Parts: sequence; C-alpha cells; structure tokens
Amino acid sequence: MNIIINGKSQQLTSKKNLSDIVDTFCKQSKHVITELNGTIVPSDQWAQTNLQDGDALELVTFVGGG
Amino acid sequence: MTDTPLVIAGKSFTSRFLLGTGKFKNKKDLSDSIIAGGSQIVTVALRRIDLERHEENILEFIPPHVTLLTNTSGARNAQEAVRIARLAKASGCGNWVKIEVINDSKYLLPDNHETIKATEILSAEGFVVLPYISPDLYAARALVKAGAATVMPLGSFIGSNQGLKTKEFIQVLINEIDLPIIVDAGIGAPSQAAEAMEMGADAVLANTAIATAPNPAVLARAFALAIEAGRLAYLSGLPARHCVAKASSPLTGFLYDDTPTN
Repeated sequence: MNIIINGKSQQLTSKKNLSDIVDTFCKQSKHVITELNGTIVPSDQWAQTNLQDGDALELVTFVGGG
Repeated sequence: MTDTPLVIAGKSFTSRFLLGTGKFKNKKDLSDSIIAGGSQIVTVALRRIDLERHEENILEFIPPHVTLLTNTSGARNAQEAVRIARLAKASGCGNWVKIEVINDSKYLLPDNHETIKATEILSAEGFVVLPYISPDLYAARALVKAGAATVMPLGSFIGSNQGLKTKEFIQVLINEIDLPIIVDAGIGAPSQAAEAMEMGADAVLANTAIATAPNPAVLARAFALAIEAGRLAYLSGLPARHCVAKASSPLTGFLYDDTPTN
C-alpha cells in the first residue's frame, strides 16, 4: 500500500502501525510528533494506530528558530 | 539596587535575555551561547523531519532548566499557527508558544490581525501565548483581551540588525500595555538591546545577531551585560538632557575667583 509521509509517496510492503513507521523513517523517535490525516497522534497511541492505504502522515520535530 | 524578576504567566525569570536558536553554524556555538548569555527562555521551531538524512535534535543542545518557547514560523494565517502550536504541545515539551504569522516574503512582517485570532484560540486552550507583532497600540490592546502572556513588538525587520527603528511605537506599548513587553527582531548589537531596556522594555529577544557573529558565545555574554546595564539605567531613571553645556566641575577659577567669560 501507498502512504504519503511528509508529502512524499512511500510504498509499504506489509501492514504497519505508526510505531513501526517512526522506527523505519526516523533515526530516533525522541521528540518526534506525528499527525495522521490532520489529527495529532500521541506517542502512547502509535502502536495501536494502523496505517491505511492513502493515509497522509506528517512526522515533525524541533529545529533551530528565532 | 535589586531588581524584581521578569514574570511571565506566573513563572519568574532572573534573565531578561531571550535567545533564538536559528542560524547557528553548529550546535556547540548554540549551547555555549545559551550558557554565556544566561538565557532562561529559548525559542525553537517545528519542521518536517528530513527522512533522507540524520540530523541531531536541537533539544539535545538546550540545557534542561531552560523554558522552551516554540515559535509558529512557517504559519501564514491563524489556523496554521494554531496547528503548529498544538503539534508542539503534543511533544510534551511544554505549552509556551510564540505566535509568529507571516504572509509576506520580502519584509517578513507579522500579520497582527491573524496573530490576534491565533492568540484568542490558543489562550483559551491553556497555552502560554507570546505573540510577535508590529508595534501597534490597538493590536496590543486586542492581544491583552485575547489572553496573551506578553507582547513582543519588532524593533526592525527580522534578521536585519538595524536596531530600534520602531522605537517610538514600542515606547507607546511600554507606557500603555500592562503585560511584559519583549522587544523581538532586528536587535543587532548590545547597544541596541541596552537602548530597548533603558526605555523600559521588560526583556529582549535576539537570534541572528548572536548566531551569525564571529564569536557567538562572546556576543551572547555582551548582550546579557548590555541588557542588565539597560535595565539598571531604567530602574535608576536617566538624567535630564540639556542643549547647552553644564559643567561637572566647580565653575569658580582654579586660583582666581572669576569664572571664565568670552
């Protein structure tokens, strides 16, 4: 199935939950914030949140800024 | 003379120097600058994670005692600012947010109207909201009503290092608004930071000046000293200015009784 992560289409070969996705695509999960189809998903719900075909996921974190 | 602390939303700070974390050449310069400048409030931003390359997380370089203030940079309207603020809160790193709504790429001036709307929504949700605005009395009054914790007027264009181009308008806010006034944007030298504090500003936020200096930590220390100096001058009050000379030594002659004439 295909999901959009940070605006880019990604092909997933097997069924994945949000925790798997963060582990796969982020070098570390600390300070990662997820927004799935416009809704924030707290980290304690990642493992129970399964990705569906066509989902749009945002993975964001803190950077320098003024 | 002892100063009272800077109090924002019930939290006390001995430092009146807020530091932004953008544009630093490396993370060590950032950590060293926070420590050298003694900042207790530090701004950060939120961005999409770059999935291609590993980047060290900025939070690892900010001492744990520092209050994080996430800005909403990238927001072009109130809705986007609210979305960014909610994402930041979801990280568990606190609920302090600097509202920054910019919809102009040339001057990067904040949109006061959208900023007020975002402040209303986020204050009602329990955020501590520090809105960044063009200094305008009516906007500042609306922000007080909207539940802002401070008002942060710009000194001059972001990143311009031009200093207090809006001085007279900031003075109006200092005189009329009963919230901490933090001068943000455009402060490029310690002397400019001192000037803002002498006027009665409650604090100064700087970023570009420090981050792009040849020696950021040394300049951060210079800013901290200037801010303290300016604050003391404000607490003392400055003497009257005169347009002619007033001698500071006795005007009777050294050996004679007559005073100089011409």
